[in-house]
Amino acid sequence: MTNEEILKGIAEIVNEVAGVETSEITPEKSFVDELDIDSLSMVEIAVQVEDRFGVKVPDEVLANLKTVGDAVDYVAKTTIT
Amino acid sequence: MSPVLRQLTLTPGARILGLGSRQPERIVTNADISARGVDTTDEWIRARVGIEQRRFARADESVVDMAVDAGSKALADAGLAPSEIDAVLVATCTMPSFIPNAAGQTADRIGVHAAAAFDINAACAGFCYGLGTASDMIRAGSARHVLVIGAEKLSDWVDPMDRSTCIIFADGAGAAVVGPVEEGDRPGIGPIAAGSAGDLVDTIVISDRNSFIHQDGREVYRWAITKIAPVALRALELAGVAPADVDVLVPHQANLRIVEAIAKRIRAAGAPGDMVVADDIIHSGNTSSASIPLALDHMRAEGRVRSGDLALLVGFGAGLSYASQVVVLP
Repeated sequence: MTNEEILKGIAEIVNEVAGVETSEITPEKSFVDELDIDSLSMVEIAVQVEDRFGVKVPDEVLANLKTVGDAVDYVAKTTIT
Repeated sequence: MSPVLRQLTLTPGARILGLGSRQPERIVTNADISARGVDTTDEWIRARVGIEQRRFARADESVVDMAVDAGSKALADAGLAPSEIDAVLVATCTMPSFIPNAAGQTADRIGVHAAAAFDINAACAGFCYGLGTASDMIRAGSARHVLVIGAEKLSDWVDPMDRSTCIIFADGAGAAVVGPVEEGDRPGIGPIAAGSAGDLVDTIVISDRNSFIHQDGREVYRWAITKIAPVALRALELAGVAPADVDVLVPHQANLRIVEAIAKRIRAAGAPGDMVVADDIIHSGNTSSASIPLALDHMRAEGRVRSGDLALLVGFGAGLSYASQVVVLP
């Protein structure tokens, strides 16, 4: 899966959970500060990322995913290995 | 040769005959909490947990006081006299001490003398465990009518300055009278789907009698939004009920966002779009074992549910523990 495909998938999830326009969801954006997503919505996003990409996103990993790009990189890295 | 132990005659099923509830008079709004000096706002609380206000008992108003009032109302609603009750079960995790239990004194004060009486501690899942136990006692013939009460005074166990818990938990009691169905009648309580996740025990804890409740909100949230809807769907399967037939969904009122996440999954499994979903937490807060019967009684008073409706109940909380069943509303 390419990073573009992962980004598209994550953008769809963030849009569904938090109602943010998918065009706003770009790699450099911070989930909390720029996209205004709260901690419980982050948990919902993590759960949906797990279902969609077949990866584990435990709370300690989730806490370090600051930007959309961090999440894309984590999924890319985890699905390869 | 030892004698064969006689067994009691089995009863075909049980159903809920009446409901009752009790809430303390004192209303605590979100503004009251921030005025106390807690670093939070009305907007933050509504967004995170969906609560607008909750009720706190007076210092001299006990778990048992609330249980007695809710139980008496449920008896009156069922049209039964106290003498017709064989057992009183109180689901609670907030008694001031371990002995005496709540059930014996609650029974006595209601006027139910020498009833079988015991407490159930399955935290927020307690009412569903109580309902399942009552149904099984009646079906097995060991009781004819059972009074099941969920009663909690969480305000005694919450740090009034801890913004992660003091905004959520509250006080109250709710009760149901359970009795047998006659031969040929339809049972009104389905089989229980219950279980536990003891590996997550540390996520909701009151360490000892001098401690306040502590909750790992994020981990509990993740557990609740992923693991609880499947339990409720299992209860439907056990009862032979299709999701499309559910009229009312009553999840434990833990957090409005958890309630909505569970409802979304139950609807995705085929429940109707216009299924009524309990949202009593908005005005009552999280009252642990009392939340499900409180929500049922309030929704009935508001005319949002009707006698004969199929309601899917699901309790979940500290332990971690969970339990679910389908019931026909009285």
